[in-house]
Amino acid sequence: MWTFFHKLGSPPWLYGIAGAIVRWLLPLTILALLVGAAWGLLFTSPDFRQGNSYRIIYIHVPSAVVALAGYYVMAIAGAVSLIWRMKMADVAMKAAAPVGAALTFIALFTGALWGKPTWGTWWEWDARITSMLILLFLYLGVVALYEAFDNKEAAGRACAILSLVGMVNIPIIYKSVDWWYSLHQPASIKFSGESAIDSSMLYPLLLMIGAFYALFTCCLLMNMRAELLQRESRTAWVRRLVKPDGPR
Amino acid sequence: MLLRRQLSLAIRRPIEIGNPLVFFAIVVALFPLGIGPASEQLAMIAPGAIWIIALLSSLLTSDSVFRSDFDDGSLEQLLLAPQPLYLSVLAYLCAHWVVTGLLLALVSPVFALMLNLPAEAVGTLMVSLALGTAVLSLVGGIGAALTVGLKRGGMLISLLILPLYIPVLIFGTAAVQAAVSGAPVGPFLALLGAMLSLAIALGPLATAAGLRISIDA
Repeated sequence: MWTFFHKLGSPPWLYGIAGAIVRWLLPLTILALLVGAAWGLLFTSPDFRQGNSYRIIYIHVPSAVVALAGYYVMAIAGAVSLIWRMKMADVAMKAAAPVGAALTFIALFTGALWGKPTWGTWWEWDARITSMLILLFLYLGVVALYEAFDNKEAAGRACAILSLVGMVNIPIIYKSVDWWYSLHQPASIKFSGESAIDSSMLYPLLLMIGAFYALFTCCLLMNMRAELLQRESRTAWVRRLVKPDGPR
Repeated sequence: MLLRRQLSLAIRRPIEIGNPLVFFAIVVALFPLGIGPASEQLAMIAPGAIWIIALLSSLLTSDSVFRSDFDDGSLEQLLLAPQPLYLSVLAYLCAHWVVTGLLLALVSPVFALMLNLPAEAVGTLMVSLALGTAVLSLVGGIGAALTVGLKRGGMLISLLILPLYIPVLIFGTAAVQAAVSGAPVGPFLALLGAMLSLAIALGPLATAAGLRISIDA
């Protein structure tokens, strides 16, 4: 079993394993996204208070949830590369940053679209929106810091430290709706006991959350593969990929 | 020992202490000039304005905390020294705080007067600034350590540490606004104190790690 982990540290093996995972995960992700979106957008009944405008929840909540989880993925990958010096973990961290930033942006954007008809405003400086904005800046900061270093190994280590420092923000985002009473409602989905949301709306939401997790994984792995090709562009295995019949 | 050296370095050139003070004064003057001198309006924005000035001054001075020692090689010697890097970093950042944040906290009543902040809030303003700017110095040290080796680092440090400054800003201004409206300020100051504890405990660790990375690069 440990050989599998050791293989993950070798670029050509990681490229192959990531490719194999994406090959079956990507169609599954697209299917889940289509089914979840159709179910949520077309086949659930309108909310008694918000009418049909609540349906953006099926994009807003999953993207927000996965943006938070993605930050942990990035921070833990950074920690793994820093502490255990696992070679490809910093590739994972670097690949996770833009994907997480995009998801945070989608969450903020869909939140603004949802806020206009329901709260009457595109933006409001309540605790959760502000801390999600901080999350976006943290992601962009990691991307910017990585690009600023010439030595990519040092870049990976610096970004790992920055991601770990920013990790304090995630519990704040998560708990902000419990600590401050403002526009966002407290959490409706609980892991124990009854959820406050009706099950006809809960199941498509859970499906979309799962689909977004799978989407994050696919994007992460595809981004990692691209990063590996870029890093190892002088090696034989990459040249063989690009020009299968050319000179070695 | 190191703290004494850092402080004496700072005091040797008094212009370096004078510069932040003049910066504060000028930016404080910008607010009524830009927004209009109506006194109720100024009083409303005063807590936020003074806090934002504190943030900006901490940001602008954090960049150079380690830079001169990095450039002449003494930072590398510090990394090789037997003293724990945690304590050395704490000395650097403490000196930085004394000549920027603590100075601002002590001089803030003057700016409160310029911006029409009610007198009963000035005490809270000083305490919140003292606590908050200490956190800002510690967090700024992390950004400085990560970017000290970069040639074109300029704006990058702002992008890295401003998101981490935001909670301090929120609670600092909340404390002063609570004092203005007569609400209890204890909870907000306690939260600032908690942030300071976290920053003292963990900040220098991250800063030390960042310094090692920047030196090795």
